[in-house]
Amino acid sequence: MSLEPFIAFLYILHLRKSSKTFASLQQWDKVFIGLLLAIAFLFVIEVVFSAGFIIKWLWHLLMLFIITATFKLPELSRFKTIMLAVLPLAVILLLKDLIKPFTDQFFVSIKNLLNYTFPLATTWLIALSIIWTRQQKALEKERQLRLAEEQQHKIVEARKMELELLVAERTAQLTRQKEELENALVDLQTTQKQLIQSEKMASLGELTAGIAHEIQNPLNFVNNFSEVSVELLDELKDGPLHNLPQAEQEEVEVIINNLTQNLEKINHHGKRADAIVKGMLQHSRSSSAEKEPTDINALVDEYLRLSYHGLRAKDKLFNASIKTNFDENVGAVEVVPQDIGRVFLNLLNNAFYAVTEKKKNLAGTYEPTVSVSTRRLDDAIEIVVKDNGNGIPQVVAEKIFQPFFTTKPTGQGTGLGLSLSYDIIKAHEGEIKVETKEGECTEFTISLPLNIIPDI
Amino acid sequence: MKILVVDDEPDMQTLFQQRFRKEIKEHKVDFAFAISGEEALSYLNKHEHEAVLILSDINMPGMSGLELLQHIKEKYAVPPPVVMMITAYGDSENYNQAMRLGADDFLTKPIDFAVLKEKLKIENNA
Ligand SMILES: Nc1ncnc2c1ncn2[C@@H]1O[C@H](COP(=O)(O)OP(=O)(O)OP(=O)(O)O)[C@@H](O)[C@H]1O
Ligand SMILES: [Mg+2]
Repeated sequence: MSLEPFIAFLYILHLRKSSKTFASLQQWDKVFIGLLLAIAFLFVIEVVFSAGFIIKWLWHLLMLFIITATFKLPELSRFKTIMLAVLPLAVILLLKDLIKPFTDQFFVSIKNLLNYTFPLATTWLIALSIIWTRQQKALEKERQLRLAEEQQHKIVEARKMELELLVAERTAQLTRQKEELENALVDLQTTQKQLIQSEKMASLGELTAGIAHEIQNPLNFVNNFSEVSVELLDELKDGPLHNLPQAEQEEVEVIINNLTQNLEKINHHGKRADAIVKGMLQHSRSSSAEKEPTDINALVDEYLRLSYHGLRAKDKLFNASIKTNFDENVGAVEVVPQDIGRVFLNLLNNAFYAVTEKKKNLAGTYEPTVSVSTRRLDDAIEIVVKDNGNGIPQVVAEKIFQPFFTTKPTGQGTGLGLSLSYDIIKAHEGEIKVETKEGECTEFTISLPLNIIPDI
Repeated sequence: MKILVVDDEPDMQTLFQQRFRKEIKEHKVDFAFAISGEEALSYLNKHEHEAVLILSDINMPGMSGLELLQHIKEKYAVPPPVVMMITAYGDSENYNQAMRLGADDFLTKPIDFAVLKEKLKIENNA
C-alpha cells in the first residue's frame, strides 16, 4: 500500500478548502474534484484488485504532476512549502520503486540508505505540515483581523460621509439663517428709517395743520377784501367817475385801473397761498371717509379721463397717447375711493406734465405717452403709472416725496401732490415706489395689500 | 330780513357790509353783528320778536359756535331761527357735530359770497 494517494488526497482537499479564501483557486474546483474522485477510484481499484504493481506508478506520476504543478503555477505558489515538505518523501518512494528490480551491491546500499532516510523524510513532512498549519492559522487570524479592520474602516468612512453631509447641511442651514437675519436687519433698518420719517412727518403734519389753520382766516380776508375792492372800483368807474371833469376822468381812470390790477394780483397770490394751505390741510386731515370695496380698474379709468380732460381744458394744445392694460383679476379692493383717486390724479397729472414738458423741447418725432396698468398679485394689487417724459435726476428723486418739493415753475405746483399720495398710500398700508431713467421714463408703482384673511 | 353774523373777527363786519352794500342800500337785508356767542345770545334776547337768520362761525373764544347753536335750538323753540354754520375747510368733525345739533345749512371758509347770496334768496322765499 502506498502513501502517495493519502498525501495527494489530503493536499488536494486542502487546496479546495483554501479556494474559499483564495478566489484564484476557485476556477479549478472541478479539476480538484476530478482529481479527488480519480484518486479514490484508483485507490479502490488498487485495494480490490491488488493492482499495486501498476497503480503505484500512477501514484508516482500523480505526485510528480502535483509537485511540478505546484512549483510552476503562480496560483499555487503559496503552497510550495507543503511540496517542500512532501518532496523528500515523494523522491524516496519513487527511488525505492525505481531501484527495486536491481539487486547490485550499489543499489542495495542505496535501498538501505533510503530505508534509513524514510523516517526522516516522514518526520520532515509531519513537522513541516504542523508548522504550515500553524502558519495558516496565524495567517487566517491575521486575515480576519484585517477584514475586521477593513469593516471598521468602512464603518468609519461611512460615518465620516454622514458627518460631512451633516456638516454641509448645517452649513447651508446656517448660511440661510444668516441671510434671513441679514434680510431682517435690512428690513428693520428700513422700517426704522420709515418710522423716524413718519414720526417727523407726524409732528410736521400737526405743525403744518396748525399753521395752515391759523393762516387760513387772514388769507380769506385778503382774498375777500381784494375781491370786494375790485367790485368797489368797478362801481366807482361806472358811476361817480363820470361826474368828474373830463381831464381828471382819464387820470383817475388810469389810477383806478392800476388799483384794480394790483388788487387782482393780491387776489391771485392769495389764491395761490390758499391752494398751499388747502394742500397742507388735506395732508394732516385724518380721512373721515370709510373704506369701501372699490373697482380699482374703473377708478383708475375715471381719474385718467378726469386728468386728461382737465389738462385739455386748460391747454388746448395738450395731447398725449394713453395706453392702458387693466388686469381683470384686480377686481374690488377695500380703499377710500376719493383718497386713492386723488393719488391717481396726482400721478397722472405729473406724468402728463412730464411728457408735455419733454414735447416742448423736442419737436417732431417724440410721441408723449402715458401708460397705466394694473396687476393682481397673490396678496396685493399693483397700479403702475409710466410716462416717457424726462425722468427724474437722482438728486431730485430723493426729495420728490417731501412736502413742498417741486420743480415746477412758481405758481404751477405746490409740491404737495406726491407727499400727500405717500401719506394716503401709507394709510392704506400700501407702498409707493418710483423708478426712473433720466431722459427716458418715469414709473410710479403703487401696491395695495388685499388683506386676505388666510383660511386656516 | 335780519341777518345776525357771529364771528370773533371784527373785520367780518366790514366785509359783509361791503359785499352786501347794494342789498343793504336797497333794504333787502339788514345786518347785525356779534363778536362772540354770548353777545349773539344777548342780542337774540333783546330782539326776541325779530325774524332772524343766524350765520355763525364755529371756532370762537368763549362760547363756541356749536354751543351757541345748541342754545338757540333748545331755547327758541317755536319756530327756532334758521342757523347757518361756517365751517373751516376739511373740518369734518365740526361739520358732523353741527349737523347733529340741528344746523340748517353750512358754509365753508373762505365764504363764497355768490353762493351765500344764492342761498339767502332761497331762504327768503322759503
Ligand atoms: N412723472 C414725473 N416725471 C418727472 N418728474 C416728476 C414726475 N412726477 C413727479 N416728478 C417730480 O416730483 C416733484 C414733486 O411732485 P409733486 O406731485 O409732489 O408736486 P408737483 O407736481 O410739483 O406739485 P402739485 O402736485 O402740487 O401740482 C415734481 O415737481 C417733479 O419734479
Ligand atoms: Mg403733482
